[in-house]
Amino acid sequence: MNPLLGERVALKHGAGGRAMRMLIESIFVEGLAAEVDGVGLAAMDDGAALRVGEQWLILTTDSHVVHPRFFPGGDIGRLSISGTVNDLAMMGATEPLGLTCAVVLEEGFPFSELERIRDSMKAAAAEAGARVVTGDTKVMRKGEVDGIVLNTTGVALTGTLVRDCDLRPGDRIIVSGSIGDHGFAVLAARHGLDLQGDLRSDVAPVNGVVRLALRAGGVVALKDPTRGGLASTLHELAAKSGVGILLEEGAIPIHGEVRAASELLGIDPLHVANEGKAVIGVRPESAEKVLGAIREHPLGRESAIVGTCLDDWKGKVILDTGFGKRLVAEIEGEPMPRIC
Amino acid sequence: MQPGNDPRVRELKFRDPERARRLTAALRQAAEDIGRPASVMHVCGSHEQAIARFGLRAAFPTSLNVIMGPGCPVCITDVPEVDEGVALALQGVRIATYGDMLKVPGTVKSLASAQAEGARIDIVYSVAQAVQLARSVSEEVCFFATGFETTAVATAAEILAGPPENFSVLSAHKYIPPVMEIVAEMPENKVEGFLAAGHAASITGWGVFEPFAARHGLPVVVAGFEPLDILAALVKLVELVRDGSPGVVNMFPRCVTKEGNLPAQETLWKVFRPLGGRWRGIAHVPNGNLRLRDEFAHLDARRRFRIDLARFWDYAPAGLAQQCICGDIMAGINSPTGCALYGKQCTPENPVGACMVSTEGTCRIWHQYGGVPNLREVKA
Repeated sequence: MNPLLGERVALKHGAGGRAMRMLIESIFVEGLAAEVDGVGLAAMDDGAALRVGEQWLILTTDSHVVHPRFFPGGDIGRLSISGTVNDLAMMGATEPLGLTCAVVLEEGFPFSELERIRDSMKAAAAEAGARVVTGDTKVMRKGEVDGIVLNTTGVALTGTLVRDCDLRPGDRIIVSGSIGDHGFAVLAARHGLDLQGDLRSDVAPVNGVVRLALRAGGVVALKDPTRGGLASTLHELAAKSGVGILLEEGAIPIHGEVRAASELLGIDPLHVANEGKAVIGVRPESAEKVLGAIREHPLGRESAIVGTCLDDWKGKVILDTGFGKRLVAEIEGEPMPRIC
Repeated sequence: MQPGNDPRVRELKFRDPERARRLTAALRQAAEDIGRPASVMHVCGSHEQAIARFGLRAAFPTSLNVIMGPGCPVCITDVPEVDEGVALALQGVRIATYGDMLKVPGTVKSLASAQAEGARIDIVYSVAQAVQLARSVSEEVCFFATGFETTAVATAAEILAGPPENFSVLSAHKYIPPVMEIVAEMPENKVEGFLAAGHAASITGWGVFEPFAARHGLPVVVAGFEPLDILAALVKLVELVRDGSPGVVNMFPRCVTKEGNLPAQETLWKVFRPLGGRWRGIAHVPNGNLRLRDEFAHLDARRRFRIDLARFWDYAPAGLAQQCICGDIMAGINSPTGCALYGKQCTPENPVGACMVSTEGTCRIWHQYGGVPNLREVKA
């Protein structure tokens, strides 16, 4: 076993950064990864792609726990549908065939809350053009699980597969909208930080945005910047594609309230989760066309070209702050508000 | 929406890249005029944070070395001071302190390890919160107080306000001006000028640096914390180095006056007296520690309790700690990348030296921002 992993699972192993990748690589990829015709576990992509005739069957799964369960802009139900629809879309599959919903509940969980969660699942599925087609329910004794764990699995077919590893020097990086909204909304709600302003999660299915981008052509990479934030996502794209990425800080759309909260708490917006955004790698000649196309979508209105792939600095992400340049480090664990 | 168009962002007028470019060009010119490599030092973790966050080192001229000195209060808290906190905690006194202090290694234990053994440690954001805690419980609550004159004033104010009887203070507060003397006299670091920390100077006033500048024949420039504050102050400092012109210049006039915050100073010196003592890894600093005056002996944890440090005396520092060069880094003689442990055995998760613990520590900041590679030439 990898000695760097330590003896026991820590919270950082689920935070979307380096520690989580190490856990997946040294425990699961190491022991479970099988040869597949397509994209399998070893690729550690957003989902799997299995060849079915002339097409690819995309398969992805995601378990959802979030504190608090209801937060400004969404809840765990909306999150569970959006997360899985988005993971399918990030493989190039924007038309989900069906979703599953498995729920583990704690004894005593209020039905009224469960109904609210179901209703927002229904609303998010309708936005995405997706349907929940099967499910599973378990109830645990009080204290054995914290309220609710929601798992959704999605399947879809696609003719073209979009990977994480096909960026080339010169390719441009587009983000489909503002960065950091979900992370700061949840952080503020979780720690009871009484911040003024409208911090709202961006949680939403973005398959519609991705559909427009794919139609415009020239898209070579897709990834949703969830846990670990834009920083982790770009690191992964840079490492898998063998390029460096130069990011223009001034071009990254960040809402004023997120910027203010980040200054106050000492947490970088690039390190927190987004749940309704896509990072899109495009060939340089297609960048403007893709940007124009996705800006037509309500969820893509604030999209922007934020970076360029480099020949050197492989696997690194460099931020041009407008004042100078620095490396963007990947976060190790969960970002915490600073103490003093 | 492009962020530059957001009216709330535009209000941050100290973040104008165009003005930054002009200042960077002026800085390059001044450094070029000197015609040889030059080193200047800042003494503040918040300056290092801003330099790293905005990637300013990639804009500094190669011949200018900007060193972070002993500007992290957590980092210079000496080992025996941490031991005192740990010993008190293990003796059953409830300790309230800033979160940064938890992982700072003592001789054998940190407060975090004492906590794991069952000691009561409460993380507070301010001394006021520690006093509040004492009011809400009946047991002894000791505020383990760290920080420079900026936070010491807050501690002093609470002491004057009359805290409850079960409240005491274990002061590890430090006073910045004396350590600048020590560092200026170290022959190895070749520092030719100092950036003084704007927030500390807002208390002490910039006049406090005049005798220092005169004695050492060095320029001191008081700087704020926005990127343009730092760049403008550096331009001024390097020009003064170039001109061989010692003296104090205040580049943070929107907050700092010559005489400083007089009521704050009065509060500070009413409660504390300066006392010589070791700063971790650096040296004995005459008048560098702030200790409670005799009038407040009843609130002084060192006098209220018998702190038993003997239990730590049999232990030699751990093997890795002997390789730690935090002291040299804070004295400006070495940098994190010169340390064999940096980023390998010593990480924020498992710090060996105090500079890797605090968000104000040089090693921690460099680690957070992926080191300081030369990014000057990177172009799309």
